[in-house]
Amino acid sequence: MSFLVVEGLSLSFGGVRAVDDVSFTLAKGELLALIGPNGAGKSTCFNMLYGVSRPDSGSVKLDGNELVGLKPRQIWRLGVGRTFQITATFTSMTVCENVQMALLSHANRTFGIFRRAHDAYRDQAMDLLDIIGMRGQADRPTNVLAYGDLKRLELAIALANEPKLLLMDEPTAGMAQPERRSLMKLTADLVRDRGTSVLFTEHDMDVVFEHSHRLLVLNRGRVLAEGSVAEVRADPKVREIYLGGGSTYASMETNHA
Amino acid sequence: MTGLRNFFATVLASAAVLGAVSGAMAADTIKIGDINSYTGMTAFTAPYKNGMMLALDEINADGGVLGKKLKLITKDDKGQPGEAVKAAQELFNRDGVAMITGATLSNVGLALTSYAGQRKHLYIASEPLADAVVWSEGNRYTFRLRPSTYMQAAMLADAAAKENKKRWATIAPNYSYGKEAVEAFEKLLKEKQPDVEFVGSQWPGLFKIDAGAEVQALAAAKPDAIFNVTFGSDLAKFVREGETRGLFKDTLVTSMLTGEPEYMDPMKAEAPKNWLATGYPWYAIEEKSHEDYVAAYKKKFGDYPRLGSLVGYDTILTAAAALKKAGSTDTDALVEAMSGLTIDTPLGKVLYRPIDHQSTMGAFVGRTAVKDGKGIMVDWSYKDGADFLPSDAEVKKLRPASD
Amino acid sequence: MGFFVAQLLTGMANAGALFLVASGLSIIFGVTRVVNFAHGSFYMLGAYIAYTLMSHLPGAIGFWSAIVLTGIAVGLIGLLVEIVVLKPIYRAPELYQLVATFGVILVIQDAVRYVWGPEDLIGPRAPGFGGVVSIFGQSVPTYDLVLIALSLVVLAALWALFNKTRIGVLIRAATQDREMVGALGVNQTLLFSAVFFLGSFLAGIGGAAQLPKGGADLTMDLNIITAVFVVVVIGGMGSIFGAFMASVLISELQVFGVQLLPQSTLVLMFVVMAIILVVRPQGLFGRPDAAVYQGNSAMVPKPLKPLGLAGKLVGAAILAFLAFIPFYGDNFLVFLFSDIIIFCLFAASLHFILGIGGMASFGHAAYYGGGAYVAALLVQYLQTPMELAIVLAPLGAGFLALIIGWFCVRLSGVYFAMLTLAFAQVVWSVVVQWTSLTGGTDGILNIWPSDWASDPSVFYYVVLVVGAGGIIALRAMAHTPFGYALRGTRDSSLRAEAIGIHVRRVQLLAFAFAGAMAGLAGALFVFAKGSIFPTELAISRSFDALIMVFFGGVQSLGGPIAGASVFTLLQDWLSDFTYWQLLLGVAIIAVVILSPRGITGLLETTGRIGDRFRTATGSNAEVAGKEAR
Repeated sequence: MSFLVVEGLSLSFGGVRAVDDVSFTLAKGELLALIGPNGAGKSTCFNMLYGVSRPDSGSVKLDGNELVGLKPRQIWRLGVGRTFQITATFTSMTVCENVQMALLSHANRTFGIFRRAHDAYRDQAMDLLDIIGMRGQADRPTNVLAYGDLKRLELAIALANEPKLLLMDEPTAGMAQPERRSLMKLTADLVRDRGTSVLFTEHDMDVVFEHSHRLLVLNRGRVLAEGSVAEVRADPKVREIYLGGGSTYASMETNHA
Repeated sequence: MTGLRNFFATVLASAAVLGAVSGAMAADTIKIGDINSYTGMTAFTAPYKNGMMLALDEINADGGVLGKKLKLITKDDKGQPGEAVKAAQELFNRDGVAMITGATLSNVGLALTSYAGQRKHLYIASEPLADAVVWSEGNRYTFRLRPSTYMQAAMLADAAAKENKKRWATIAPNYSYGKEAVEAFEKLLKEKQPDVEFVGSQWPGLFKIDAGAEVQALAAAKPDAIFNVTFGSDLAKFVREGETRGLFKDTLVTSMLTGEPEYMDPMKAEAPKNWLATGYPWYAIEEKSHEDYVAAYKKKFGDYPRLGSLVGYDTILTAAAALKKAGSTDTDALVEAMSGLTIDTPLGKVLYRPIDHQSTMGAFVGRTAVKDGKGIMVDWSYKDGADFLPSDAEVKKLRPASD
Repeated sequence: MGFFVAQLLTGMANAGALFLVASGLSIIFGVTRVVNFAHGSFYMLGAYIAYTLMSHLPGAIGFWSAIVLTGIAVGLIGLLVEIVVLKPIYRAPELYQLVATFGVILVIQDAVRYVWGPEDLIGPRAPGFGGVVSIFGQSVPTYDLVLIALSLVVLAALWALFNKTRIGVLIRAATQDREMVGALGVNQTLLFSAVFFLGSFLAGIGGAAQLPKGGADLTMDLNIITAVFVVVVIGGMGSIFGAFMASVLISELQVFGVQLLPQSTLVLMFVVMAIILVVRPQGLFGRPDAAVYQGNSAMVPKPLKPLGLAGKLVGAAILAFLAFIPFYGDNFLVFLFSDIIIFCLFAASLHFILGIGGMASFGHAAYYGGGAYVAALLVQYLQTPMELAIVLAPLGAGFLALIIGWFCVRLSGVYFAMLTLAFAQVVWSVVVQWTSLTGGTDGILNIWPSDWASDPSVFYYVVLVVGAGGIIALRAMAHTPFGYALRGTRDSSLRAEAIGIHVRRVQLLAFAFAGAMAGLAGALFVFAKGSIFPTELAISRSFDALIMVFFGGVQSLGGPIAGASVFTLLQDWLSDFTYWQLLLGVAIIAVVILSPRGITGLLETTGRIGDRFRTATGSNAEVAGKEAR
């Protein structure tokens, strides 16, 4: 039943083990949160899953296919969508064109030279914008969007190739509280309706506790704990690194919000 | 909207040009168009233009040609053959000139040669040296005034053979003129002196000479004599490094064009000494016609003439003589007139040879020296261009064009 | 042995002047990120100013103080240029300052010609250092040793400056992280000015110090600038020590190249630069990210839109206007406009990779001239008819671009630019050197249109149809999925890869397509002029294209058309003035300062002012409504 199998992932930068022997699995239709303090290795982990950096050792198998050694564009073609911690969109295009571009690529038409791109897959793109509630902004230039809208747009782009796996690096960073909730609600709906698997990192513990099915806690590049929300909450090691003892999760949340 | 406004910009700019154009042609003048590197090589083209203006004024003071005044229109070629062709197109199609003259750079001269042949316009190539202008690329409509690379190399080879040096090295800028000069010199010297040996050749980039390294490399070849084709700033650096490192101490140097004031004068007291070179000792020529010319030039411009001045002067004389002989501004008549045309220049008669359209204008060969802090030529003699051209049979082989 | 040592010292001496100029450029780039092509002009100014000073200041003291005074004078001129020309445009899109520095080159050229006259000046000898010393039996000029010592002193002084003084440490910090310096409370404006003074000072010293080895002439500026860029790129942008090592490397290679391979002088340093950039893109001592530009978010281009009805009408009107040209009275116009159309196509082809693809090629003339040479060679050797040659030329040029692009698209920013320049220079020197095939600098002559098109008006229509066709094809390409993908790689290569776009392949094919279109322009050019020479492959031609694109405005598809048209007409109009370069330079600088978006941007701005005016007078309430929203 495991859809994504990560085994023994390690990567060092100049002698420092940024990620050290990390293993975990992700089932179909599961929402797994990757949490941990700053510098725990979350983003490094993400980059290795997505082919941006190559691990020193370890393996990442998606539905039986090895991802290590593949380039991001190849991993995308296997049905993996990604959103970035710092948004990356095509700033000289409209909102809709950003999604159209992803749809064009999904259809293997990035080298197409016989038709205009302007109206290609516009309807499908509009449908995706509908999902994230941005149909009204379809023809606005991307560079005038608010940050939260950019985050949502990234989700629409990631959905363009009907992903089986979504990798979301701090999807709600920089958003206001209501926006966060609605974005994560949206994500949870996708997981439920489409059976998509989601791996996401997040600082906002409210979001994490409310939506994730399972948690994976990283600290100093190693897996510290793993389990359900309740299990992780109760884990003294997690309390230790997050709180240094004493205070509650609520304070942790405000620290990072 | 952006695209739309861009298009407006183009339209407006074009309209401005259309408005500025006036097609009116004065009927009482005959126009001559000169294309030259007026901004890129001002040190050469300014005296050239002066020479043209002097001849123009003299001719017009005498009543002009065919009852009309001559008018000169000059265009800058910006050192680019493509720009030169555009200038020619403008001169013929907008200004209505009867002929074009000019070019200092060989590539500009060749582009105009090709243009003249195709569009059937007369082109008097006043200054470019490339042999191809009259030989391999020669055509019915192109004539050349100044002695070519081959002729100047032949004059030097002739003089060099008398020195009887065995081991020769060459240094020339790495482009067509340099290669052509070295090739001609080697061939002609070997003909005159079969036991000669060429022991090294250096090819610095034009105006990018690494003089120290070149001098060392030449010295390492241990030549008895050196054939130099570098000029301008390359030559100045070469001379300074060579003097400093003692390269010229026991070595004969023969050198293309170095005795011309254009190249000699900027070097002042550092001009090379005792080189065998082609040039133009305007200060020492005692012929009456030339003395008159120098006096008139000095009076008009308050400056002394360079070789370019004389070439410019003779160019206008040529144009006037051709117009007079043809009796009209019709190109065919002019071309007919140019073939075998003889003109009286300050240095005597010059003939435009029917066989290859090269004029017989000569050059001076002598030794360089420094006097009063200035480079001069001594022990010079005038070499008539007619004596330094290949035989007619050879010329026919070199020139595929039928006439 | 003696010979070897003597050559080694000659190389070191040559490296001296080169290092002085290169270190200045490297410092300026490192801190301000301005690619200052006018740096060679500062060097030339140094030579001229020092010449004048030395002829007035007698003796050894006069000589050495003249060098220092020259440095200060040139430093002040550099400061002036920075304040007047560059300060207003620091926030403009990347590489835009480049165009302003082209303008500065032209202005300084003519200013020097005006002040010092056109004749070459021979430098005075250094008092007390006019002779030679014997080293291993070889004569080595003493002034060579002085130059070597001077370069080492400057290297040491710069090291001390950057490590031992506060301003130096700040400059070094700024090279690595500009925001951090701002955070430290340093006045960035003052820092940039100080850096410009220092860089120009070094260039001035370089020009002055080389006087005893040569002199001052008007070709010095462009002659040294390419060598200096090669040095800075090989050494690593922003690295002083790298500039020093690269100066030595290049100079020694040149010196031994002269000895062992005399014909190599044209191309050697470009081959070395190409190899180093392919193997180690950041240069020998550069940091990988030193030359990566952070795009300016204030300058994001607007989304493309297909031409609306108004746009189509205007396009049709322009074509109709162009079709009408041969019927106008002045016969010269067909030639002028055929040149303009050819340059528009050339500029549009560069804009395709530069504006849409974000790849600033400094060697685009290789494909323009390359196409011209393909056509000319086909006609010359295979008697190919014009029609076929015009079809094959872009294929040849595109193929050339495909090969060169394969190496280049691995790099980005300034390093991409310099690698394209290096390859273009290699192509140029192959054409110059291979005389038996290409005719060398004497070119290939008599390449004229087929008989049916030999009438200038008929050939003009050939140029119009093919040229407009090419421009329309480039425009249409920008609107295809491929064009969008290319724009995507420019906007965010991270995002592009993440949605499955093969970034390098898209860039490579775009590079080849742009090369092919430039080749098409070149083929038209060769038949229009009847001959082709290596000048069409030279660096200056590549820069013409860059100026036209930036001049017109990088961010709109109409930009290159407007830029090429205005630039060509302006040049044609100004070239009857003696000091046309000065006027052109001032015009370029004026456009750059007035509008960071080029001519098209300028038109937009005036358009907006017009809108506001109408709004203010109440004649157009709708505009007011739009603006309020």
